[in-house]
Amino acid sequence: MNENGIGASVRRKEDQRFLIGKGNYTDDINVAGQTHAVFVRSPHAHAEIKGIDCSGALAAPGVVAVLTGDDLAADGIGPLICGVTVTSDDGEPHRAPAHPALAQGKVNYVGDHVAIVIAETRAQARDAAELVDVDYNVLPAVIDTGSAADSGQQQIHEVAPDNVCYNWPFGDKDGVEAAFAGAHKVSKLDLVNNRMVTNPMEPRAALGEYNPGTDEITLHLTTQNPHVHRLVLSAFNQLAPEHKLRVVGPDVGGGFGAKIFVYAEELVVGWACRKIKRPVKWNGDRTEAFLADAHGRDHVSTAEMAMDENGKFLAMRVQTQANLGAYLSTFSTMVPSYLYAFLLAGQYSTPLIYSEVKAVFTNTAPVDACRGAGRPEATYLVERLVDICAADMGLDPAEIRRRNFIPVDAFPYQTPVVQCYDSGDYPAALDKAMELADYSGFSARAEEAKSRGKLRGIGLSSYVEACGIAPSAAVGQLGAGVGLWESAQVRFNPTGNVQVFTGTHSHGQGHETTFAQLVCDQLGVPIENIEVIHGDTAKTQFGMGTYGSRSLAVGGVAIARACDKLIAKGKKIAAHALEAAEGDIEFADGNFSVAGTDKAMNIAEVAFTAYVPHSYPEGVEPGFDENAFFDPTNFSFPAGTHICEVEVDPDTGVVEVVKYSAVDDFGRLINPMIVEGQVHGGIAHGVGQALLEGCSYDSEGQLITASYMDYAMPRADNLPSFDIDYAPTNPPDNPLGVKGCGEAGAIGAPPAVINAISNALGVRHIDMPATPETVWRAAQQAAAVSA
Amino acid sequence: MYEFNYRKVDSVAAAVEAMQQAEDGKFVAGGQTMLPTMKHRLASPSDLIDLGGVAELTGISVENENLIVGAMTTHAAVAASAEVQQAIPALARLAGNIGDPAVRNRGTLGGSIANHDPAADYPAAVIALGATVQTSKRAIPAEEFFTGMFETALKDDEIVTSVSFPLPEAAAYMKFENPASRYAIVGVFVAKTGGEVRVGVTGATACAHRGFRLEAALGGELDAGGIDAVELPVEQMNSDIHASAEYRAHLVKVMTKRAVEACQ
Repeated sequence: MNENGIGASVRRKEDQRFLIGKGNYTDDINVAGQTHAVFVRSPHAHAEIKGIDCSGALAAPGVVAVLTGDDLAADGIGPLICGVTVTSDDGEPHRAPAHPALAQGKVNYVGDHVAIVIAETRAQARDAAELVDVDYNVLPAVIDTGSAADSGQQQIHEVAPDNVCYNWPFGDKDGVEAAFAGAHKVSKLDLVNNRMVTNPMEPRAALGEYNPGTDEITLHLTTQNPHVHRLVLSAFNQLAPEHKLRVVGPDVGGGFGAKIFVYAEELVVGWACRKIKRPVKWNGDRTEAFLADAHGRDHVSTAEMAMDENGKFLAMRVQTQANLGAYLSTFSTMVPSYLYAFLLAGQYSTPLIYSEVKAVFTNTAPVDACRGAGRPEATYLVERLVDICAADMGLDPAEIRRRNFIPVDAFPYQTPVVQCYDSGDYPAALDKAMELADYSGFSARAEEAKSRGKLRGIGLSSYVEACGIAPSAAVGQLGAGVGLWESAQVRFNPTGNVQVFTGTHSHGQGHETTFAQLVCDQLGVPIENIEVIHGDTAKTQFGMGTYGSRSLAVGGVAIARACDKLIAKGKKIAAHALEAAEGDIEFADGNFSVAGTDKAMNIAEVAFTAYVPHSYPEGVEPGFDENAFFDPTNFSFPAGTHICEVEVDPDTGVVEVVKYSAVDDFGRLINPMIVEGQVHGGIAHGVGQALLEGCSYDSEGQLITASYMDYAMPRADNLPSFDIDYAPTNPPDNPLGVKGCGEAGAIGAPPAVINAISNALGVRHIDMPATPETVWRAAQQAAAVSA
Repeated sequence: MYEFNYRKVDSVAAAVEAMQQAEDGKFVAGGQTMLPTMKHRLASPSDLIDLGGVAELTGISVENENLIVGAMTTHAAVAASAEVQQAIPALARLAGNIGDPAVRNRGTLGGSIANHDPAADYPAAVIALGATVQTSKRAIPAEEFFTGMFETALKDDEIVTSVSFPLPEAAAYMKFENPASRYAIVGVFVAKTGGEVRVGVTGATACAHRGFRLEAALGGELDAGGIDAVELPVEQMNSDIHASAEYRAHLVKVMTKRAVEACQ
């Protein structure tokens, strides 16, 4: 094995600049003549705007401009779009209310954008923003997900009667009804998937510069997908033609999905810098991140499973009401539909599945993808329901899973919900996880805990997820406005070092290392001679960005394909130089050699020859620089079993996660250290959702959890040291044999934690987040019942 | 943050004078509450009078069976002090678990009790230990110092200079932390001093207070047997998304029992 190639835990190349404080984030970038922008935001969840008086703000010291929705409309900019169409049960497209980047006559959530104030300093802009006098007529607000579509509710958007965005039934309803009618047993569960604030460490920011000499706008953004931003801002928001718009996502400090979307602030900053002919900088603060970043999750569901007398799943039925917030964020509509219902088979061979999803509008921040996006919601529902089924059938949770797993020899496996799983060995992961968790020793540990007054519980979660959304033709059929391929360019410089341009992006996942390892492994170039470049539409070819654990599974393959092309071209060049037939040239470990001889040429020499082609094969182009685009034939389907063990203090309701074991199938690992880090972070995210994170609005739509004083993020002392292992399979649809790993922990962990708490308390269900008071009350009730 | 005048002073007298001259001045000690509040534009003092340079306000000593802590002594200094660890180890531990390292290295005892956040830790200790708050004007017994949510007996131009804690025979603090802020949802400090057992409660209600009902149940002994039977006034308890009044009332008893056990 190449010591820095595939499978090596190479230390992250990018960490040098991060650790010495030399990262280059959007807020680090300052340009001459820069102005500072502050947004005036709605303090009301739902109100008509009767008038906006900017005169006080315009007269304030240092103010350069105050712009409102009227100015935006006059210039024909916007509105923001939703990029995926879901067809409602009446055959019509989902209801899409106008989403102006600055409010036009109405605000629909606390934090909604009303005006932009631009001044010489940020403090002046803030002071002036307080002087913008907005005359509101406050309307009743719709906040609660479950009742948003009830009759008599306040209407938010005229185009969406009953506040419904879409009703989306999916699956064989009649078949499911029949199976339920003939079932031995039906298990049922009502559950809530709690709303989360995505909380990347770096708040969103934008810096817009307009060059009147070239008529070009350059936008530095906190984005996970610079080309998608450019495409949407250009083609749909009329900001500037694509060739006159450069979008740069420099270092980005975390995203977890929240930086996929095209936000109002980004469009407004881009527009304003041209309007005032000066650079405009907006750096969002943490409060704005809480109020106006897209949130995640927020489902209210009922799930039912029909079983035969052996606990074999016959059919599943799901009803979900999903909150999309006040407006449709860029990819919001697909999250509770395609990314959710298509995963409801889980790891099981349930033959019939029917789901109805009602997506609703409320006067809350828009809801969109957040680490896992739809798949955590599906997994939580399935894995909680399976535990309920086990309880109802008197089976061990491991046993009921085993009885229903998709058999190993059934792969590739066509589920009844569109997806065709590529590869998997679910019993192997379960076995390994149970061994790692010492499942059989649990009862002794529970007894010992009891002697200390603690209730110990264990919970399983056998998840499957779908990442690397593809192929483009399929997502197009589903109503997506884009394709989901990825691009790469691998360029040798004449001196033999390599620049890798990827169309995906990195916001902390270590792609600059992982991708360099791929190239190092395939081309035999020393890793220190490889630089991975991403995030600038002026540098890299069009690409789709990073989300859905796609960067390696899709973007990595594009890189490998570009390397294949270089090797093929290199063989021609080497054959000429070595005076051999092209067919006799072999390539290994960075050397082109003539089979059966010691005649060889290093790839760096080949590259030099290609740029200095004094003696060169006829018909071959100079240069050593190849492009590739990869459109996968299928998603990739990571899977695994996570086992969580908790101890509950019945006197206080405090839950301690005392042991956490995870066995995942991510296919082949490129950098095991980075993968482990992703798993750790994902589990922390999932434990956070299960125990701590609950985004909460009051009945008037004020965000109660608008700071870290009230919104609890997981911290090191909330987590044990994780036990991690792998049970890899080889996905036949992925040329590199890889699956995604970035979201798995956040998908697998929540049901494992809640199953463990339910087990500890001996209760049927407890909703997330399982806060101390929630758990204390459940413990009290359980004690009262058993007394 | 709105504009304000910054005044650095080197003595208590100069601080008081600066305050008297200010239109709407505020003393700032460690600034761990004041500065975030100003940053969020929730406070706009005309003058900020920085006590950071007043040497006479720092220091820890034991005199006449009393631990005396200067008002500008940081939480980190209290936590790390060998004198405090020996005299009242529960107080050192309390200080070592306030906020995070940044807060502990800037935040001070005087700042904490003068601000009187209803979820702060120190007030429970000040009350249970029967401490005396020394100010630039007078000595105030702990029980008269805390008067309401973010309110104390301090006058506008009055500065806490030190706190004097009588040395207890036994003491312990139990804090039930808010999972987000790590402030006390409920904090109970139990101390036995001079044969008397006192209970100081923070976080539970609008104002840090003595737990008289709990003290009655303890009857001067470090025996928690009677605590479960205590009926606490649920209607006076704070209630928020993290803990209802009923749950807080329950936690007061659980934390009291645990503090009593830790005293033994």
